[in-house]
Amino acid sequence: MAHGSSLRTPLGKVRGLGPARSGTEHFWVQRLTGVANLFLAFAFLAIVIALTGRDYASARALLANPVVALLLTLFVVSGAIHMRIGMQVIIEDYVHGEGVKVLVTMANTFFAIAVGAASLIAILKLAFGN
Amino acid sequence: MAMSIAHRVTGAALYAGSLLLAAWLIAAAFGPASYERAQWLAGSWLGRLALFGYTYALFHHMVGGVRHFIWDAGRGFEPEARMNLARMTPFVAGALTILAWIVGYAAR
Repeated sequence: MAHGSSLRTPLGKVRGLGPARSGTEHFWVQRLTGVANLFLAFAFLAIVIALTGRDYASARALLANPVVALLLTLFVVSGAIHMRIGMQVIIEDYVHGEGVKVLVTMANTFFAIAVGAASLIAILKLAFGN
Repeated sequence: MAMSIAHRVTGAALYAGSLLLAAWLIAAAFGPASYERAQWLAGSWLGRLALFGYTYALFHHMVGGVRHFIWDAGRGFEPEARMNLARMTPFVAGALTILAWIVGYAAR
């Protein structure tokens, strides 16, 4: 396109967000949380393995360890963000009715936040509660 | 192609699995009685099957994600490299799953 013939305003170009006002943020956040999950998933599996066969008292003792609580918190938060974006990509590819798409996208966000928050409250209760 | 769909299927499986993780954590937070019930369920054959499936989905999605990182770095686009990466995915994921379960049973 020749110089000066673009319909985009200079401000629009600088912001780089395009008509959906979202730009490449989802793409980037999905990579960011993906890298985090790569490490956090191994920590999560190690915690699950360490929890197998424990009675209540010793399971509570492990989950009250600050490093264990921190790793579980990071895994839940990073996982919830990652799975919300991932499911939204699937929805955008397979759900074509405009009304249904809005509702399903909303439900996806509600699900990710609800599951993430419920897990977080449980982790905090296990770490600090009695 | 098949691995691209598998990446979505395993991602969706982990999405459902997040509900099970939340349920287990909440059960543990509610106290000894509900913790024992959750542990009994997780240890039953159905629970173990779900956990094994979750482990495989996690590793398959992880290996698929690493494949995407390789592509993001601008590598692995040649037809042969692309097919090799796709063919390796289920084997690497399967090996990691079995390794994790061996460690899990050995640590009991």
